[in-house]
Amino acid sequence: MSLLRIALKSARSRKTSLFLTILSIAISVALLLGVDVVRKDAKGSFLNTISETDLIVGARSGPTNLLLYSVFHIGNATNNVTWESYEEISAMDEVAWSVPISLGDSHRGFRVMGTTADYFNFYRYGDRKQLTFASGAPFSEVYDTVLGADVARDLGYELGDEIIISHGLVSVDFADHDDKPFTVVGVLDRTGTPVDRTVQVTLSGIEAIHVDWQSGTRSPLTVNAEQALRFDLTPKSITAFMVGLENRALTFRVQRSINDYPAEPMSAIIPGATLAEFWRTISTIEQVLFVLSGIVLIAGLLGMLTTILSTLNERRREIAVLRAIGARPVNIVMLIVLETLMVVVAGCVAGVAILYALLAATRPLVARRFGVDISLSWLDSTQALILGAVIIGATLVSLIPGCIAYRRSIQDGLAIRV
Amino acid sequence: MTFRWPGQTTDTVAIDELTLWAGEHLFVRGASGSGKTTLLNLLAGIHVPTSGQIRLLGTDVATLSPSKRDRFRADHIGVVFQQFNLLPYLSILENVTVSFAFSRRNRGRSSRSADVNATAGRLLRSLNLPDELHSAPVAELSVGQQQRVAVARALVGGPEILIADEPTSALDADNRDRFLDLLFQEVSAQGCTLIFVSHDPQLAGRFDRVIELTESGTAASVST
Repeated sequence: MSLLRIALKSARSRKTSLFLTILSIAISVALLLGVDVVRKDAKGSFLNTISETDLIVGARSGPTNLLLYSVFHIGNATNNVTWESYEEISAMDEVAWSVPISLGDSHRGFRVMGTTADYFNFYRYGDRKQLTFASGAPFSEVYDTVLGADVARDLGYELGDEIIISHGLVSVDFADHDDKPFTVVGVLDRTGTPVDRTVQVTLSGIEAIHVDWQSGTRSPLTVNAEQALRFDLTPKSITAFMVGLENRALTFRVQRSINDYPAEPMSAIIPGATLAEFWRTISTIEQVLFVLSGIVLIAGLLGMLTTILSTLNERRREIAVLRAIGARPVNIVMLIVLETLMVVVAGCVAGVAILYALLAATRPLVARRFGVDISLSWLDSTQALILGAVIIGATLVSLIPGCIAYRRSIQDGLAIRV
Repeated sequence: MTFRWPGQTTDTVAIDELTLWAGEHLFVRGASGSGKTTLLNLLAGIHVPTSGQIRLLGTDVATLSPSKRDRFRADHIGVVFQQFNLLPYLSILENVTVSFAFSRRNRGRSSRSADVNATAGRLLRSLNLPDELHSAPVAELSVGQQQRVAVARALVGGPEILIADEPTSALDADNRDRFLDLLFQEVSAQGCTLIFVSHDPQLAGRFDRVIELTESGTAASVST
């Protein structure tokens, strides 16, 4: 009979307390790995909010502010960019494409973004994914609108429905553009980006609903939807615009020339760099989470230590018997370390199983609610490292009861103390 | 030979000389506190004498390294305790065969587990423990039966020396006599040297030799 079998059988005779220990380690391992998975997926999803766009240009402001209002639709632009500047920059040789965006209006709590049909061609997120239509098509008429997935789902809109856009970001009855409704011509697939919560309308539509408005209020002179179409619907200014370059190597040069643009003060940001920078500032949260789950794990290991220490007294007889048949004190230590290893390995296996079961179960829900695609991939190197650290940590911890057992087995010898 | 615990001023065990022939049956009588357990630990090679020497089978055990002494015990010495001899999580048969776990000599001699089980089974049967008990858990046995399993475990590797520490103190008179009959029968069959420690003078008559440990840990020969 090998030492391992003795350890196994001995552990089995104390299965209730060891099972609880395994469970507490499993839960803390699942928590620790879960935080890691969520952290990585959230980060991946965040950093991939916008891709393939080389520059975002807006009125001069801090990069984070420009990123927040243009991509995440959080906060407001301090100023606009004139249409002339937009056209001049779009005409630069280095610029392959550009898409204007105009923000400031809302529809029942969702941001309205004026843009052109090019937006659906050039906007990329994730791994160069293009926006796709769950139903309908990009807009072709002035009063057409394309809804993000969340907007359509939350408000129950279908193709052909008419929606009223409110002036400003707070829905107030008297500030509705109720004379010029927009028709839903398309609904986008879920992207997991702020696009899901955005109402896309034409830039000319934004212009049309504002022809009879002056400095934020309705002018007494009303113009109906039909008449508005006869106006020149080219905007005088836009909030920001996205730029794709012919050659990515030119990014910094173009960025500098836009930042130094003589006609008006503008800022150009590189979305990927600004996203990463912004993530760093909010990543303290992820570190706090990680530390917290690490503390939970330490509590689990201490619980294990307590369980093993409390069994040492009842195992004194067992140790004396094993000594009598020739077990060395080192064998006694090995017996305790082996038991700990079995418990912690079982705990890790159970923890990984719990984690994957939970991820698989909550995956559809998380994708629907948050648009974050949880990856069900194999454990990566960080997670393997976490598991390895847990196992090594537990083995080191088990040396404490191991040493106590060692000392006692030398002192007690063949005396059976009850 | 003397043994003194570190930090104490008197010897726990002090024996001038004691020679035991192979196959001899020695009865060691002593009240509690007379150093019986310490003597057993010395004989089993758990402790080494503070002065003097202990030679077992021609080997001065004190000169062996601690791990060699443990192996020497596994190979040559069987031990039976007062009680709680068995590992509660093993079956009766496993409790006997577990003896082979730490003995290189015995593992080499009968390496196949079928042989080991057959030897253990035979020994259990001759100690009046029928086959149907062999796979039973320890808790189902009476104390008398448990002590016999302990004898089987101590003897299964064919040790030259058997040390028994008050193995009958938990038994009533009838069981005690039957236990001793079986013990002597097996020890004699194997030609094993028996060192039997007890405070019960009634048992002394069955042994070749009797010594008494006094309060001060010295040994006095009572009869030969």
